Amino acid sequence: MGSQPRLIEVRKNVLKQNDLNARALREQFRAAGVFVVSLVSSPGSGKTMFLEKTLTLLRQNYHVAALVGDLATENDAVRLARSQAPVKQITTGTLCHLEAAMVQNALQQWDLNELDFLFIENVGNLVCPSSYDLGENLRLVLISVTEGEDKPLKYPTIFNSADVGVVTKIDLAAAVEFDWQAAYGNIQAVRPGMQVFKLSAKNGDGMEELLSFLRKRLDESRVAAVI
Amino acid sequence: MKHAKPGRTLTNIMHELSIAMSIIELAQEESHRHGDVQVSAVHLKLGALSGVVKEALLGSFEMACEDTPLKGARLVVEEVPVLIFCRSCQTQRPVSSMQLFCCAECGAPSSEVVQGKEIEMVALEIEEWDRSPV
Repeated sequence: MGSQPRLIEVRKNVLKQNDLNARALREQFRAAGVFVVSLVSSPGSGKTMFLEKTLTLLRQNYHVAALVGDLATENDAVRLARSQAPVKQITTGTLCHLEAAMVQNALQQWDLNELDFLFIENVGNLVCPSSYDLGENLRLVLISVTEGEDKPLKYPTIFNSADVGVVTKIDLAAAVEFDWQAAYGNIQAVRPGMQVFKLSAKNGDGMEELLSFLRKRLDESRVAAVI
Repeated sequence: MKHAKPGRTLTNIMHELSIAMSIIELAQEESHRHGDVQVSAVHLKLGALSGVVKEALLGSFEMACEDTPLKGARLVVEEVPVLIFCRSCQTQRPVSSMQLFCCAECGAPSSEVVQGKEIEMVALEIEEWDRSPV
């Protein structure tokens, strides 16, 4: 008896299970009227500081909560808890990104109907999170002025998977001779038309522009959900 | 790891390993659907914007196949370039480069990616035993 190779057609996305889970999440978020924002960046770009400030400011008028992904520690969740908003840690172990199923598990105890905004802080990593849809309405990619203006050129994939760019730590811009025009130009080269905010979560500069953008997007998503 | 590419740390290679495990899972599902056939190769389409590095994936796949029915199966990767929809040309075009998302023909910028994000299992190669009498 001999054997012969034969091809059977599959044509399926390898991450189809994640896509199905993300679709279910997106439907759940829409039904509950919660606007979901995810954050991706390198480690040390200021995601947690930015999120702490965002939660503190939005909490004055909205119901907000956050999920935070981290490889091993719960430090971020402890820091974010200072904002007084509900925060839950997702410890990913060796996994370099969050997946939709982890978000589903983490949300089991929460009533989404009570929320206006949910933030999901991904693991600090500019490569892996780009492949995984989490069902979010908006994905923010953060880069800090201390990382250098060419970060977008090195990681075009993550910039392409994101909707909005945020340049953080602008209070340090002069000290590190940050070239805003160059950074903005590089973002536009890999993601033409991307809206970019610049801010300092530390001294509050630029925060209001981003927060009013998020409030507007929440309102628009609710109008769209009614139609 | 002095000469490692930017961002390609051990954590990131874990990424290809988790993709490899998803490939094996899907291949086993498909093999089962066809009567638990023996898979000799998996054909994959990998987009330039998939976030997955081919070389790291090939190594991870071999490692992840150990102790599974796919042990010894080949992974055949077809890399596909990024295509954008160009509004000036009114058609799909390649980009100038991964660092410049502009139409390679006319130079108009575009973020409308129509190809290049794929991690798609195209086909499985299976062994079929010839049952005719020798």
